[in-house]
Amino acid sequence: MGILESAQVALRALASNKLRSALTMLGIIIGVGAVVTLMSAGNAVQDFITDQFRSIGSNLLFVAPGTFQTQRGPGSAPSGKGLTNGDAYALLDPFLAPDVAAIALELTGSDVVSNGAEEAFLSISGVSPNFAELRNAKLSAGRFFDIGDQVAESRVAVIGPLVVDELFPENALPIDGQIRIGEVAFRVIGTLESRGGSAFSNDDNVVYVPLSTAQTRVFPSRGSRGDFQISVIYVQAASEDRAGAAAEQIERILRQRHEILPGEDDDFTVISQAEILASAGDVLGVITVFLGAIAAISLLVGGIGIMNIMLVSVTERTREIGLRKALGARKRDIRNQFLIESVVLAVVGGTIGVVLGLLGTLVIGLLASDLNPTLSLQAVALATGFSALVGLFFGIYPATRAAALNPIDALRYE
Amino acid sequence: MEVSSSVADSQNGAVIAVKDLTRTYLLGDVEVRALRGVSFDLRAGALLTVMGPSGSGKSTLMNLLGCLDTPDSGSYLLEGEDVGRLNDDQLARIRSQRIGFVFQTFNLLARTSARANCELPMLYAGVPIDERHERAERALEMVGLADRMDHHPNELSGGQQQRVAIARALVNDPAIILADEPTGNLDSKSGIEVIRILQGLNRNEGITVLLVSHDPFIARHTDRIIRLQDGRIVADERVPHPLVAGESQRPSELDLEEEVA
Ligand SMILES: Nc1ncnc2c1ncn2[C@@H]1O[C@H](COP(=O)(O)OP(=O)(O)O)[C@@H](O)[C@H]1O
Ligand SMILES: [Mg+2]
Repeated sequence: MGILESAQVALRALASNKLRSALTMLGIIIGVGAVVTLMSAGNAVQDFITDQFRSIGSNLLFVAPGTFQTQRGPGSAPSGKGLTNGDAYALLDPFLAPDVAAIALELTGSDVVSNGAEEAFLSISGVSPNFAELRNAKLSAGRFFDIGDQVAESRVAVIGPLVVDELFPENALPIDGQIRIGEVAFRVIGTLESRGGSAFSNDDNVVYVPLSTAQTRVFPSRGSRGDFQISVIYVQAASEDRAGAAAEQIERILRQRHEILPGEDDDFTVISQAEILASAGDVLGVITVFLGAIAAISLLVGGIGIMNIMLVSVTERTREIGLRKALGARKRDIRNQFLIESVVLAVVGGTIGVVLGLLGTLVIGLLASDLNPTLSLQAVALATGFSALVGLFFGIYPATRAAALNPIDALRYE
Repeated sequence: MEVSSSVADSQNGAVIAVKDLTRTYLLGDVEVRALRGVSFDLRAGALLTVMGPSGSGKSTLMNLLGCLDTPDSGSYLLEGEDVGRLNDDQLARIRSQRIGFVFQTFNLLARTSARANCELPMLYAGVPIDERHERAERALEMVGLADRMDHHPNELSGGQQQRVAIARALVNDPAIILADEPTGNLDSKSGIEVIRILQGLNRNEGITVLLVSHDPFIARHTDRIIRLQDGRIVADERVPHPLVAGESQRPSELDLEEEVA
C-alpha cells in the first residue's frame, strides 16, 4: 500500500472522530500559536529598538571621556584628560583617520531656562553646526545653526518640542522668541521635530545652542590643556563596515594625544552604534529565546497529548488492526497508517497554530501601536517543522505497538 | 514412498497439505494443547466442513491454515509452498492474495460502507483505485447485495453483513476461502443463504472452501467432513450425497441425529 493510500486511511480515521482529533490538536495549536506569536513579538521589539537607534544617525561612533568603570554617572567629573575641541578636530586628519567621514561635537550641561513668563530647569547642549545632520535631527520650523553662528558665537537657540510646550504653551510661535539661559539672552531660530517613541525622547527636551557660544558664555570651562572641554564626539564612519576601522583609528589618535603608554587603559570610550545595537539585541535575543523555550515546552506537552491519544486509539482499534492484518496488511502498512495519523494531527494542529499566531501577531500590533509586528517566517517554519517532528516522534511508539500486534490476539481482543 | 506420494499429491492439485501440526497456547503457567498433530490433504476445489465440540481446536486450525498464526511444529504446504519458511511480509501477502477469511462475527469496519469494506483487502494488495471500485461492486453483486453497496454494517441484517464479508473475502480472487463458523451468529434461513453462496463459489468458481460448523445439516451440504476432538482428527469422512443449498428442507433434529450417527 502506498503512502497516499495510507494517508487516506489515516485521514478517514481522524475524520471519524472529529472532536477527539480537535482536542488532541489543541495542545499543538496552542504551542505553535505561542511560539509564532512570541517570536513575532520579539522580532517586532527588536526591529523597534533597531529603528530607534537608526533614527539617531547612521554609521555613528560615540566618543566620550572616561571609561565605563570610571564614569560615575552623568555630571560626575570624568577622570583622565577629558575630551577637547582639539581632540575632536584631530580625528579629521585624513591620513591618520581615513575612515572618519565627519564629526560633530557636543557639550552638555543644564541650567534654568526662561522666556519671561515660564521657567524650567533644562538640559542645554552646545553643538557644532553639523550636529543636526549627523544625529538625524529634523527641524519642524526655522533653521539650525550654521558656520556663521559658530564663528560669531551667536546667541541663538534651537529647541526641542517638549521645550516648546514648556516655554511657549499657548501655541505662540516660538521662532524669533526670546529665551534666557541663566543670565544670557538667546533668540530661538528653530524648533525640532519630535523623535517620538521612548528610547530617545529626552532629545526632545533639550535646548541646543552653538558649541562656541556654550563654551564661552553658558558653560565656560577650559581643560587642563587650555582647550575647551566637550562631552561627546559623534563620529560618522565612511561606511557601516568601516566603523570598526574608524574606531581603531580614533583610539590610536586619542591615545597619542593623551600620551597614554602602551599597556595603560584608555581614558576615553569609543562605542559604535552597532555595538549598542548588538548588546541590546543580545538581551532581546535571550528574552526571545527564553519565551520561545517556554512555548516549545507547551509544544512538547502537546506532543505527549498526541502520543496519549494515539495509544488509546491503538487499544481501541485493536480488533480493526487485527482485521486489517488478516486481510493482508503488512506491519509497515499498519505502522504507516498510525504514524501518518499522528503526523497529520500534529501538522494540521501546527497549521492552525500558525494561523492563531498570525492573529496573535495582529493583536499585538493593534495593542502596541509603536510595534510593527510581522509574522516571523522563521518561527512559522520552525514551529511547523517542529510539530511534524513531534508528531513523528510521539507517533512512533504507538504505531510500532499497533504494527507488532498479533492478528489472532488482536481479533480476539474484547 | 510416503514422501513421494505427498509430492505427487501436491502436484495433482493438493491445495493444502498439513502434516503433524501442533499448536500449544500458554495461559500463564498452563499449557493448552489446542492441536496435537493434525495431518490431512485437501485437493483444489474441495468443499469441506470441520466439525467438533467447542474447544477442540477448530479455530486454531483455521488460523494456522489462514496464515494468521504459525504452528509450533509440523509442516503446512499451501499450493506446494512451505508456509513455515515465509517471513511476516510474505505471510501478509498470502493472506492478501490467496486466502479469503470469513469470520463468525463478520468483522466489518463500522461506519464504513459495504463497498469500502470490500475494497479493504485490495488496498493492501496494491490494486489501482478504479479496479478496486469495479471488483468490489462485482463481488457484492455476486452475493446478491447490488442494492446495498452504500449501506453501513449497522444498516444491514446479520445475513447481509456476512454476505458483505464473503464478498470481501472474494475480491482478491483467492484460491481458498476459510470460514470459521460463518453461520454461527445467523438464523437458519440466513445461514442456508450463506451456505448457498459458499457452495456456489465452490461449484462454479472452483474455489476451495473450508468451513467450520457445529450444524450437521450444514455439514451435509459439503463433500467431506473432518471431525476434531481434543486437538486431533478423529474422523475424516466423505458425504455420500451432498445437499444443494436451498433445495432440501432441514429435517427435524431427531432425524438428523439418526442420519449422522
Ligand atoms: N489465544 C489463546 N490463548 C490461550 N488459549 C487459547 C487461545 N486460543 C484458543 N485457546 C484454547 O485452545 C483450545 C482450542 O481453542 P479453539 O481452537 O478456539 O477451539 P474451537 O474453535 O474448536 O472451539 C481451547 O481450549 C481454547 O481455550
Ligand atoms: Mg472456534
